[in-house]
Amino acid sequence: MPLIDLANPTRFRTLADRILPWLGAATILAFALGLQQAYFAPNDYQQGATVKIMFLHVPSAWLSTMAWGVMSVAALGTLVWRHPLADVAAKSAAPLGAAFTLLCLITGSLWGRPMWGTYWVWDARLTSELVLFLMYLGVIALWHTIDDPGRAARAVAVLTLVGALDLPIIKFSVDWWNTLHQPASVFRVGGSTIDRSMLIPLLIMAIAFTLLFFTLHLAAMRNEIMRRRVRTLLMLRADAAGGH
Amino acid sequence: MTALIALLVRDMRLAIRVGGGAPIGVLFFLIVVTLTPFAIGPDLALLARIGPAILWLGALLASLLALDRLVAADLEDGSLDLILTAGVPLELAVAVKAVAHWLTTGLPLVVAAPLLGLLLNLDPAATGAVALTLLAGTPALTFIGLIGAAVTVTLRRGGLLLAILVLPLTIPVLIFGVAAANAAIVGPMPFATPFTILCGIALLSIVAGTFAAAAALRHAME
Repeated sequence: MPLIDLANPTRFRTLADRILPWLGAATILAFALGLQQAYFAPNDYQQGATVKIMFLHVPSAWLSTMAWGVMSVAALGTLVWRHPLADVAAKSAAPLGAAFTLLCLITGSLWGRPMWGTYWVWDARLTSELVLFLMYLGVIALWHTIDDPGRAARAVAVLTLVGALDLPIIKFSVDWWNTLHQPASVFRVGGSTIDRSMLIPLLIMAIAFTLLFFTLHLAAMRNEIMRRRVRTLLMLRADAAGGH
Repeated sequence: MTALIALLVRDMRLAIRVGGGAPIGVLFFLIVVTLTPFAIGPDLALLARIGPAILWLGALLASLLALDRLVAADLEDGSLDLILTAGVPLELAVAVKAVAHWLTTGLPLVVAAPLLGLLLNLDPAATGAVALTLLAGTPALTFIGLIGAAVTVTLRRGGLLLAILVLPLTIPVLIFGVAAANAAIVGPMPFATPFTILCGIALLSIVAGTFAAAAALRHAME
C-alpha cells in the first residue's frame, strides 16, 4: 500500500487496529524473555546485583535518542511531503521520547547512588541526556501553545530538525566541557568491554524496549487521530450552535 | 540590495527609538552582573575567577530579551507580508533583520563587557578575552534566537516559551565561549582551540538560523 493512502484516517486506523495486537504480543514476549535473561545474567564482580539496572537504563538511553530520530523523519514528512500522518507521528513521539529520557535519567541516578555515592554528577553523558530531556519538554510545550494543529506541526518540525542538527554538537561540546574538568574519569561503566553473558540479555531488552516504543507510538497516533476528530466535531457543533 | 539596506536601516531605527528596547538589554546585563556579588559575596579573588562565566551568563540572558519582538512585531503591523512579497529572498531578509538586531542588542553587550569586567576584578587580558569571545559568540546567540523567534511568531505571548526553546540550543556557544575566555586567563590550553570552535559554531548558527527561520516564517504565514 502506498504511503499516501495512510493519509486517510479511517484506513490508517483500520491498519493500526490490525497491527497493534500483534505488536503488543511481540512486546510482551520480548520482555518476558529479556527479563528472564536479565534475571539469570551473572552479577558483576564489583557492582553486584546493581548491574541489573543496566538492562533498563541502556535501552532507555538508546530509545531517548531514537525517538528524536523518529521525530526528525516525521518532521521531514511534514515539511517536504506535507503528509498529514507525519504531523500525528511527530506529536505522538515527543511525550514517549521524554518519558524514555526521564526513565534513563531516573534509572541512571538510582544506579549512580550505590556506585558513585551520589544521585547526580555533571558527567558528560548525564548532562547531555538532561539537555535532551529539556529539549523534549520544549517541543511538547510548543505543541501545546499553538492551537492550530497544522501550524503547530510545521513550527515543531523546524525546531525538531534544528534540534537534530544541534544535538550532536551539544553532545560533543558537553563531552569536551567535561573532559576539561575531570580527565580520565572513573565513570566509564560498561563500554565495548561488556561480557557476552550480559550483552545478549541487554540486546534482547533493547529489542523489547524498541517494540514497546513502536506499540505505544502506534497507539498514541491512533488516539491523536481520534482526538482530532473529536476536536473537529466539537468545533462543528459550536459553529452550528452559533449559527442560530 | 537597496531593499535590504533599507530594511537594515529601518530595523535599527526602530530598535533604537522609543519603545524599541535595544538599550534595555545592556541595562539588564549591568543589573545581572551587579546582582551576582550580592549572591556570592564581594570576594574579589572569587569574582575574578568566575568573572568570565558571569559575564557570559549575563550576556546570554540579555540577548534573549528583545527576541520575541524580532519578527512578531512585523507580523502584527503587516510589514512581514510586505517583506514576503518584496521579491527579496526571505532568507536574506531575515538574515538582515538578525544583523540589525545584533548591531543594536548584541554589539552593545560586547562593548559593555570590558566595563563590567572592571566591576568583577578582571585583569585587562581577561577582559579582552571575554570581549573577544562575546564578539564571536553573540552573533550565534542572535541567529539561534532568530529560529526561536520565527517558530513562536504566531504566539501572542511567546517570550517565555522562546527562552525555553532557545536556551538548550545555546549550550555549545556558552561552553566554548567560557572555555576560550578561561583558557586565556588560566590556561592550560591555548586560547585558539576553543575560540576557533566557537567561531565555527557561530558560522554554522548563522547559516542554520537563517534557513530555519525563513522556513518557519514561510510556513507560519500560510
